[in-house]
Amino acid sequence: MSGFDAEASVVLTHAVGLHARPSVKLTKLAKTFAAKLELAAGPAGPWIDAKSIVKVMAAKAPQGTVLSFRATGADAAAAVAALVALVERDFDEGEGTAEAAGTAHAANP
Amino acid sequence: MPPIRELSGRAAAPGLAHGPVHRLVETGTAHRAFAGVAVERAALGQAIAAAIEDLAGLMAANEEDGADILEFQVAMLEDESLSEPAFDAIEAGADALTAFREALDSQIADYQRSEDDYFRARASDLEDLRDRVLSHLADGAAAAVPAGAILVGRDLTPSRFLSVDWSAGGAIALAEGSPSSHVAMLARSRGVPMAVGLGAIPDGPFRAAILDGERGRLVLDPTEAELAAFGAARADAAGRAAREADVLTRPAVTADGVAVKVMINVAEPAELDRLDPEICDGIGLVRTEFLFTGRDGLPDEETQYRAYRRILEWAEDRPVTIRTVDAGGDKPVPGLTLDGESNPFLGVRGVRLSLARPEIFRLQLRALCRAAVHGDLKIMLPMVTVPEEIATVAAMLEATVIQLGSDGFRARKPPLGIMVEVPAVAVVPELYAEAAFFSIGSNDLTQYTTASARDIAAVAALNDPGHAAVVALIRNTVARGAELGIEVSLCGDMGGDPAHWPALLRAGLRSASVAPPLVGRVKLALAGLRAGG
Repeated sequence: MSGFDAEASVVLTHAVGLHARPSVKLTKLAKTFAAKLELAAGPAGPWIDAKSIVKVMAAKAPQGTVLSFRATGADAAAAVAALVALVERDFDEGEGTAEAAGTAHAANP
Repeated sequence: MPPIRELSGRAAAPGLAHGPVHRLVETGTAHRAFAGVAVERAALGQAIAAAIEDLAGLMAANEEDGADILEFQVAMLEDESLSEPAFDAIEAGADALTAFREALDSQIADYQRSEDDYFRARASDLEDLRDRVLSHLADGAAAAVPAGAILVGRDLTPSRFLSVDWSAGGAIALAEGSPSSHVAMLARSRGVPMAVGLGAIPDGPFRAAILDGERGRLVLDPTEAELAAFGAARADAAGRAAREADVLTRPAVTADGVAVKVMINVAEPAELDRLDPEICDGIGLVRTEFLFTGRDGLPDEETQYRAYRRILEWAEDRPVTIRTVDAGGDKPVPGLTLDGESNPFLGVRGVRLSLARPEIFRLQLRALCRAAVHGDLKIMLPMVTVPEEIATVAAMLEATVIQLGSDGFRARKPPLGIMVEVPAVAVVPELYAEAAFFSIGSNDLTQYTTASARDIAAVAALNDPGHAAVVALIRNTVARGAELGIEVSLCGDMGGDPAHWPALLRAGLRSASVAPPLVGRVKLALAGLRAGG
């Protein structure tokens, strides 16, 4: 570890990448934590404020990007875990949101 | 010489209106005088807050459509990173309007340079944001739109249209603009009279105006005599509306008892909220461009699926024909259509574009096959020119349904039909027998047959759907369809014009799809015509 209280990476599977709707969800969720939260669209950065939708959108991360998160602060671990989980759930935009549960969760080809 | 009071342009949405003139602020040329750093800082802060408030109001009024796009705009405005460069510029002596415009323009340029279609399309969101804030900063911009006003300006954005309360009437008069624009479709579906292409509108001041959306005419500061004529025309229109209302929910039948199917064309799912499905025999054309020209860029599969499903649920068990995206020609879509074609109407448009961009087309086919389990959905291909295009899409459709099944989705393969709008198809429809149905697109069929565009005023008179050649092609399509057992309908503007129905009935046509406000007019006209003989 390198001076951060929590770090993690996750593959962005959303069909059109980190575009408008996913960015709104991500930054809204990030703002619910007190920790300083940053994300990068590559292992070398640049690191950007995960609470700023202007900066998150400007990263223009396409599908397949490995998103890295890092955080410092009291709730850093919970914050990183929550953001990773949101990306893993494909921003809650799968079949389950529009139809009754029971259908398999599919990855868009 | 007295100032010009009468302007003629093109009809964009029917109806007659008389009301106070309201000038639209042109944010592109708006300016503001610097009044000191503190004043400019406060003004920008207030303009951003006011823009957020506008958006909150819009979100409340448009829950179904575009609420998440508006939410995105709010999130951007609330983010201090957006306006930081503007506040820095104010410190350096810029006025708030120039500072914000330049800050946003540089971010817009950044999105426009993106290699990714979805992100490139975001530029239009930032333009909308910019204009919304600028409209609060421009000198003399504050005036609210009075009830029933005639909005006069160069052009109008869809979001500005949606922000106006049209319940007290009103109309739109634009110096530029197009009847096929998104905002013109909105105006037609909301019943707001609109004229476009009026040319330079004199500065005025004018107190009031009459707008005739049928003829595309604007009369500024009308005289007593003009007002009297307007009153009489409006009374006529009201009388006709009452007779149309009588036949609206009844099946269409000619005077000699021949049934004609009358379906509706849908450009926006929101149009359906105000419509009773009982007025029609189904939806003969859903234009899916609304999904692609929205501020959210190219739509993902889920967004499309939800939109299609909502339309099918409205229609209950009635057939719904959804046309795959018909971009290109006069309907450019950022991130999808090609720029700089020398003649876009003869270029990569309709199914040609879909086949050139299979990754985008496949998402639409997936969404359509998933939605198809919720009703009587049919897929229609625009601009088909050779039978191979149908075969290629049919194979893609087959593969899509199999893939959806293995992805765990419920899906169904809908019937695949075509638009008959390229003369090549109308001349030899029998070569296209693989199509499940034919729908005659009379607008393009007329344009390609007469080699004249509707939107070029100098040749508009040649663009006549009643031309014997166009009618002959329609008759041929209907006759070959009947021989092959292929259903034939018509979904262009010709079907909404009672003057063309005697010829259409003689050509054997028994089904058409028209703009929703024209259903009553068509049914009433059919009741007075004889199909046989």
